[in-house]
Amino acid sequence: MRGLVQQLILGVLLGGLYGLAAAGLSLVFGVLRVLNVAHGELIMLGGYLAFGLVTLLGLDPFVALLLVIPLSASLGALLYAGLFRFIVRHGEETRIKNSLLVGFGLALTFQALAVRLFTADERSITTAYRGRALALGGVVVPLGRLLSLLVALLLIALLHAFLRRARWGQAIRATAEDWEAASLLGIDVRRAYGLAFAIGTALAGAAGTLVSLGYSISPSIGLEWTLKALIVIVLAGLGSAFGTFVGGVVLGCAEALSAVVFGGAYREVVGLLLFFCVLVARPQGLFGRS
Amino acid sequence: MTGGGRRVGVGRTVGTAVALALLGLAPLAVTREDWLNLGVVFFLLVALAQSWNVMGGQAGQVNLGHAAFFGLGALATRHLWAGGVTVPIAMAAGVALATVAGIAVGLAAFRLRGAYFAIGTLALAEVLRIAVGNVLPEISTLPAGAIAAYRLSDRYYAAAALAVGTTLAVAWLAASRLGLAMEAIREDETAAEASGVGAFRVKLAAVAVSTGLAGLAGGLFAFYHISYYPQHAFSPTWTFDAVLITFIGGVGTVHGPVLGAALFVFLREYLALRWVDLHLLIFGVLFIAIVLLLPGGLVEATARLRGLARRRRPPLADPAGGTGRA
Repeated sequence: MRGLVQQLILGVLLGGLYGLAAAGLSLVFGVLRVLNVAHGELIMLGGYLAFGLVTLLGLDPFVALLLVIPLSASLGALLYAGLFRFIVRHGEETRIKNSLLVGFGLALTFQALAVRLFTADERSITTAYRGRALALGGVVVPLGRLLSLLVALLLIALLHAFLRRARWGQAIRATAEDWEAASLLGIDVRRAYGLAFAIGTALAGAAGTLVSLGYSISPSIGLEWTLKALIVIVLAGLGSAFGTFVGGVVLGCAEALSAVVFGGAYREVVGLLLFFCVLVARPQGLFGRS
Repeated sequence: MTGGGRRVGVGRTVGTAVALALLGLAPLAVTREDWLNLGVVFFLLVALAQSWNVMGGQAGQVNLGHAAFFGLGALATRHLWAGGVTVPIAMAAGVALATVAGIAVGLAAFRLRGAYFAIGTLALAEVLRIAVGNVLPEISTLPAGAIAAYRLSDRYYAAAALAVGTTLAVAWLAASRLGLAMEAIREDETAAEASGVGAFRVKLAAVAVSTGLAGLAGGLFAFYHISYYPQHAFSPTWTFDAVLITFIGGVGTVHGPVLGAALFVFLREYLALRWVDLHLLIFGVLFIAIVLLLPGGLVEATARLRGLARRRRPPLADPAGGTGRA
């Protein structure tokens, strides 16, 4: 029983990061209607950025996060201006298919680039408090991961508040709802697209920072994280930042449970199967609004 | 309108097949093993890319789980062969297993369209890869007798036959009524259904051919390698290589995968001598450029160049045969 609770706690801690990883992809998917399968690679790059800032400048990882977020957002703005701007010109079906292909090329490129720049070794950020943990009635909560979960929740809350309250946040939501109507109302749809993409990339960078802090990164983790984010999106649907976060926690718990029941080797399988079943049960896709 | 195989004409298909077949005779003149091994890899990738192209190019269904069927073909072939079954029968069993699995996946996944189909198949293939890695964690090595009898030239001829056979089969398919129906679905599934194409049945036929051919290529992989981890044949790299090769060569065309595989193998080997893995960076960038700027790949590029050369002279009717799309 204690083992199960321990696994669930670790599952929630990891699941929060799944939620953060998915929030960025979900925003881009929902607003631009493009599927950037290089999202996991953006997470990976964010992780290396944080790792570099921590090891080279000696910053605390949570301070480094404050630099990673604007840097990742700039990378996102560049990617939008250089690539995705041309994809959103097409109709919905071509748009999503081309974005899938371009994302696939990007994923390959970033991964090869990361191997050249950072070697293929696994890295993780080591801090003075990394080994510390809270002991609560026989179960252990690693402090660094708990802080990461709280930061992830804070970022989700900020995203939520921005999308609800800020002028440009409302413009982004209007664009997601109906871009033609939004542009008739005088919203600069292109700019909303670019902003959403930059925010999505910033969230990926933040997620990468937290991953390199509590877990480890290597150039090849991208595909795994893209799949996690996709699974969460399919489970949670689009349109609510907190919903996405909860979806991530649910996935983390489901993985932990399956690891207890079937053993750690099949940990990844449960999410993928859930994903496929939900997808097939709702074949109209994620935009199907009835 | 696309640069599909049918409009390319019989001449170029025959030319491609003859060039492949001539290359297949290389062991008569070449004894350097590294060259022959490179040839086997080239032929294997031609066959794999052609098999992906049936679904991804002709029928327009981007299958990102293709490696699963390659892996299943390799798994069945290797298992039966090691158990004493002759290679052709073992390979046929591999094809059968991959085809059955392909149809089963198709029955479930064809409810999904476009990108959803792509990520759904990717998820299924990952499930299979993880399961195989857990069930069969140990390396698969040929028995000593088979290693003693191993002759590279046999593998080379088999690989060449596979590449030629697959290319001819795909060319024949592209020219058939079924190929036409597949193209109609790629261009507009709803319109195709409205004009009497049974989209679901046509897609099932496409997935059967595509996964069956992938299983055959997997069988060759199992026949070629002395030892490998069973999970390796399920690696998503096989899917990604096939996608890259097909798009760089020219998606939906018959000789595109051949051109793409030649460039892919050449660049990979040439660059690997100097800079490990740099080829992936180059292919990634090239792939993005092709998707955005030149959806017909190398095939369209050569057609455009020819069109330009022809335009110097008095104009002829539509020289390039239109443009492709992803």
